[in-house]
Amino acid sequence: MDRVRRECDVLVVGAGPAGLAAAYRAAKAGRRVVVIDDNPDAGGQIWRGEQREPRSPEAQVWFERLRSVDLQLISGARVFQQSGPRMLLAETSDGNVCELIFESLVLATGARERFLPFPGWTLPNVMGAGGLQALLKNGLPIDGKKIVIAGSGPLLLAVAGYLRWHGAEVLLIAEQATSMRLARFGVGLVGHGGKTSQVFALRRELKGVRYLTDCWVVAANGEQKLERVTLQRAGKRWTVSCDYLACGFHLVPNLELAELLGCEIADGAVRVDEFQKTSVKHVYAAGEATGIGGLELSLVEGEIAGFATAGVQEEARRLFPERAKQRRFADLLNRTFALRDELKTLATPETIVCRCEDVVFDRLRAHDSWRAAKLQTRCGMGPCQGRICGSAVEFLFGWKSESVRPPILPVRVGSLLATSRHKNHEDL
Amino acid sequence: MPETISLIVNGVQVRMPVGSMVSAAVLTAGQTLFRRSVTGEPRGPLCGMGICFECRVTIDGEAHCRSCQTLCHDGMDVRTDG
Repeated sequence: MDRVRRECDVLVVGAGPAGLAAAYRAAKAGRRVVVIDDNPDAGGQIWRGEQREPRSPEAQVWFERLRSVDLQLISGARVFQQSGPRMLLAETSDGNVCELIFESLVLATGARERFLPFPGWTLPNVMGAGGLQALLKNGLPIDGKKIVIAGSGPLLLAVAGYLRWHGAEVLLIAEQATSMRLARFGVGLVGHGGKTSQVFALRRELKGVRYLTDCWVVAANGEQKLERVTLQRAGKRWTVSCDYLACGFHLVPNLELAELLGCEIADGAVRVDEFQKTSVKHVYAAGEATGIGGLELSLVEGEIAGFATAGVQEEARRLFPERAKQRRFADLLNRTFALRDELKTLATPETIVCRCEDVVFDRLRAHDSWRAAKLQTRCGMGPCQGRICGSAVEFLFGWKSESVRPPILPVRVGSLLATSRHKNHEDL
Repeated sequence: MPETISLIVNGVQVRMPVGSMVSAAVLTAGQTLFRRSVTGEPRGPLCGMGICFECRVTIDGEAHCRSCQTLCHDGMDVRTDG
């Protein structure tokens, strides 16, 4: 196993919009920048596959900007450990360990979908809404497939439009939020010009697709894979046959690395100051990790963080009004798609909550904290380290995540050995 | 016509566009069971982005590879749990 060392002024973790915007601003200001990302290509989730072939105007602009500056992108590599105040360790796709040494760090680790357990949610072909979209972007043919989209959040609409464009038959979209909240959301969009036109464009794309508010999935049925979905709305239940269920309940920030570094977390997001600086010296955060807010907020936060790491605070300051505007939109978004309490009753005693260790709901409710449940049931102790069940148990039982321990992802034994070798070396 | 590559999923040949991920190839081969859970349940991809570990398969003899973050290569041999 080889060890590679990369030294830079600014290390950016995450090559989605926030990370790329930070990297560009820092690199353009003359800083040596390294961007590291766990996917084979840059773009994050929203621009997945667009590095090679940009489809959205924003992706086109940003990838062009990135080509105009000098920076290094390390793809397919996962940061798993801190190895000193200014050093992170990553495992690269070829199984080597990369030492990343930096002056400043920007965490742009993005978000994942929130999944809630309901009977049958572990069946093959029940996926996240973003999950199915990612598969499609990764080469899955979807033409003619029947799809139910369910859960909550604007992502459901974007995914529906995307799937339909690629020939899928979207049977319906089940949004758990109330029609009243969504109506208020519509009113709140006034003053966010760009957002309103996006909504109208989506509406055109989704013409003829049923969008049911106050509606949610109560069960997925099938033997070896999904065959049918049972939905509920206004006290009525009915069943729909489909090939895929794309179900996600809005998004939650990816906080593992921030927690590992000791950054203060508030309300489920990395707390940052006006320059996107976290509570830890030299560590900045931008994008969904600081709170779910969408593409535009991620970009502007990334730019501010990039300027700040490069020491051009006055440039960063110019973007504050834009960020404030986007944050108001984010607040509106998160109020609109807040989860209703009925969703806590979907899991039956036999429903699996932790998919890695197959821990059922009944075994969990006997405990009063996630720590106790972990010790007694192994909930959250599998390979995903609670990334999926953590946000579910928080919603179901009010359990907060416990402290994160390295390695923050399963890695090869060799990588861990490299870590201990490194520690010994430091001791000398 | 986009360029394609060919790989083997559970002994069956599949053609995929260049740049496809192994997870998409497994589903294209008609295989919905990627792995069996600790209690033997069939499982397939959930998050599509390397978080959930449900799409793990064996690639060229290496077990527990996340198929959603591994690009398809010509001649790759992919195996799911039976």
